[in-house]
Amino acid sequence: MAVTEVRISLHAAGIAPKEIAEKIKEKFPDQVVDVAEFRDQVSVIVKRDQIVAMLRYLHDDPLLSFDHLQDLTAVDYLNKKDVRFEVVYNLYSIRFRHNIRIRAQVPDNDPKISSVVPIWAGANWHERECFDMFGIVFSGHPDLRRILMPEDWEGYPLRKDYPLKGFEFEKDWPGFTEVIKRSKELREFEWEG
Amino acid sequence: MIDTSTMGLIQVEEDVKILPPNIIITTFDKIINWGRLSSLWPTTFGLACCAIEMMATGASHYDFDRFGIIFRGSPRQADCVIVAGTVTKKMAPVVRRVYDQIPEPRYVVAMGSCACTGGMFKTYSTVQGCDSFLPVDVYIPGCPPRPETLLEGMMMLQEKIRNEQARWSPWR
Repeated sequence: MAVTEVRISLHAAGIAPKEIAEKIKEKFPDQVVDVAEFRDQVSVIVKRDQIVAMLRYLHDDPLLSFDHLQDLTAVDYLNKKDVRFEVVYNLYSIRFRHNIRIRAQVPDNDPKISSVVPIWAGANWHERECFDMFGIVFSGHPDLRRILMPEDWEGYPLRKDYPLKGFEFEKDWPGFTEVIKRSKELREFEWEG
Repeated sequence: MIDTSTMGLIQVEEDVKILPPNIIITTFDKIINWGRLSSLWPTTFGLACCAIEMMATGASHYDFDRFGIIFRGSPRQADCVIVAGTVTKKMAPVVRRVYDQIPEPRYVVAMGSCACTGGMFKTYSTVQGCDSFLPVDVYIPGCPPRPETLLEGMMMLQEKIRNEQARWSPWR
């Protein structure tokens, strides 16, 4: 019943993203670092300490109702910003059709942030990918393993200090170097034409 | 040397003679290679967008079947493998295992830029050409190659098989 009333009272486009940012600022005044806007897309840059409480508020508040986590990823700002990583949450409300982007700062020396899987179950694989590519540890995640790279892969490929072309052959992933070596050993048993 | 002119043998092409009405004389190489190249079964193995083009080639419009090329679900009953797409380092052991399961004599067709050279993916995760761990017989360029190109590549492989000498044999 309450939901229906809210739906009637709200504009079809939901709440303007700037107003949502103001609401977050009111609710968590000491957590918001900055509000950035680019092409009508509003990002709220926050500290990581109360990220779960903040996203829980955005998810549960009947006027905001961010029931859909569009994407969860990270950005490496090596040598560009003081705090190296930012974990990005793109939120969308299917009910009210409004968006907001939350960017949580994660420092280099302690890349940890709380998992949001209890809020959106779909965050599970996104956080695994984020861990796989950037090495950010999501504490409280039910199953934090690499999702794309082999499990014994070394390094985090999307970090800016990771070599684009990978390491030289001897330091490469052993699963691959073994295949190359084995194929050379087996070459003498091929049937020649 | 037997004089064949008196026996009624007719030479229809090199190494093939016919004694009417129904006796054909030829070499083992010729007839076995003909049989092998006319029923070339690649194992079903697609890795990326090239696999879509490979499926299109197998479908009715381009029709691989008219060359006797029929995709076989098991590498153990296949003659060749078409490496269709980007080979990642994580996938390399799997590709090699599929190849190892194919009985000799076996062939490898590298389809597309990625399988040939790594293509545009000169990165940490991509094998720079599947010839680093497979003996490739035919390289097919293109990103992805058109079905005609794949057909041409398979016909080149058939031509290679046609000219082989006793590779099919344990006394090779």
